[in-house]
Amino acid sequence: MKRFWEIFGTSIGCKAVMAVTGLLLFLFVIAHLLGNLLVFAGQDALNDYAAKLQGLGAGLWIARLGLLAIFVVHIYAAFRLTRINALARPEPYQKEESINVTFASRQMLASGLVVLLFVIYHLLHFTLGVIDSGAFGRLDAKGRHDVYAMVVQGFQNPFLSLTYVFAMVVLGLHLWHGAPSLFQTLGLKHPAWETCIRRTCQTVVALVVLGNCLMPLSILFLHESFTSK
Amino acid sequence: MNFTLYIWRQRNAKSKGKMVRYRATDISPDMSFLEMLDKLNADLAAAGEEPVAFDHDCREGICGTCSLVVNGVAHGPQRATTVCQLHMRHFKEGQEIWIEPFRARAFPIVRDLVVDRSAFDRITQAGGFISANTGPAPDANSLLVPKEEVSTAMSAAACIGCGACVAACPNASAMLFVAAKISHLAHLPQGQPERRRRALSMVRAMDGEGFGNCTNHEECEAVCPKEISVRFIAEMNRDYLRAALTTAEPETAS
Ligand code: HEM
Ligand code: FES
Repeated sequence: MKRFWEIFGTSIGCKAVMAVTGLLLFLFVIAHLLGNLLVFAGQDALNDYAAKLQGLGAGLWIARLGLLAIFVVHIYAAFRLTRINALARPEPYQKEESINVTFASRQMLASGLVVLLFVIYHLLHFTLGVIDSGAFGRLDAKGRHDVYAMVVQGFQNPFLSLTYVFAMVVLGLHLWHGAPSLFQTLGLKHPAWETCIRRTCQTVVALVVLGNCLMPLSILFLHESFTSK
Repeated sequence: MNFTLYIWRQRNAKSKGKMVRYRATDISPDMSFLEMLDKLNADLAAAGEEPVAFDHDCREGICGTCSLVVNGVAHGPQRATTVCQLHMRHFKEGQEIWIEPFRARAFPIVRDLVVDRSAFDRITQAGGFISANTGPAPDANSLLVPKEEVSTAMSAAACIGCGACVAACPNASAMLFVAAKISHLAHLPQGQPERRRRALSMVRAMDGEGFGNCTNHEECEAVCPKEISVRFIAEMNRDYLRAALTTAEPETAS
């Protein structure tokens, strides 16, 4: 553990921690999306999946705490690195021109903070039932927690739906730079693979954003096709 | 040709600087950027004003001493070119030209456009070398190195240590420089015995100088007069992490 803290205290070590936690969060985001796409398979499929997750009991809590720890470490590393970077150039250029910098690469902290706010909002909405509490905590015909009805009712609200869409686009922005970047940070890159890594990462990111936006948007505009029993 | 120049003037490390407007007149399109500044300085001296201090030495793109940010770009608008090799024909008649020093906490301003880049020397001293005992020269070709490795080592060794990577990086990170120095030796057999120690010590020295951290904007690669690739940053990260994770005495901190 001493070794870990020593490495974490260095520039490259801290960046590596950032990249590993970012990768784990990215994988979580993919898994989370694949599960939630069951909303398109109907009420039974989604509620069954939700019940299985709930049925994990202690396992669910271990996963939640692990995820929380990863998230906190990622954010801590983000602030640490950003602070060092800001201190490294105390006097700004009077005139500055960039060549390779992109909007996504420059806005990593801002896009990350939007994602953080969204995660809090999302937990208040679907996990704790604070937002849109009318739809929360109902049971379906088989006595399971009716996640399907909650999601379908929630996303018929244009404000809620569009908030999700916005947040997902921002997450996409974060990962557009972050996903290929993590390979560079971890040294898992070679000129022969560079283009392949970037394209694959950005395709996955685009699909993640698309999939995540498809759920609120299709419910918002086509809610007649989402029927509960 | 004639130009309107905005040049950063600062008396010394402690004082506050500001951009000052000058006219550069009767400039030949065949003059280099530094010759244009020489002409300006001659005119300033003739008028009894203080000439502008700027760094230069070889003026042929090999020493890495010249260090200007021209119109917001380190070494100016011409790719793969040091500012001493940049010619005035690349500018438009009457154009406004902004000239600033390389800006980073680790490169304190000495005067006007001159900055102190001794941080790079200290990083190199920390590990950018091989230890060879003296003795008779080894037989020719007793140490075989594949052509591809030689070329890669050479493209890293092309670094002239000018610091444009730091100047261009939004985070003032020195990682392209340090990566070039580490990779240059890591691709050669002579660099192997000290490979781990080198990565650990040079990264530690870099962190100690107050540079920022790479966030993979790749701005450094775009301005590097020797076109050093960011692939070397990936290689440095790999070398460093392997050494830090698996060396018995990591010495990452001290
Ligand atoms: C689901 C949530 C998130 C995911 C999937 C994610 C993913 C990533 C990935 C893959 C990277 C690239 C690491 C690298 O360049 O090596 C990254 C970098 C970064 N993240 Fe996140 N992140 C998330 C949340 C956040 C949050 C909440 C913040 C801010 C408070 C944040 C701030 C940053 C910053 C500033 C960087 C840039 C670090 C650098 O380039 O050195 N991220 N993130
Ligand atoms: S003065 Fe030597 S590289 Fe420009």
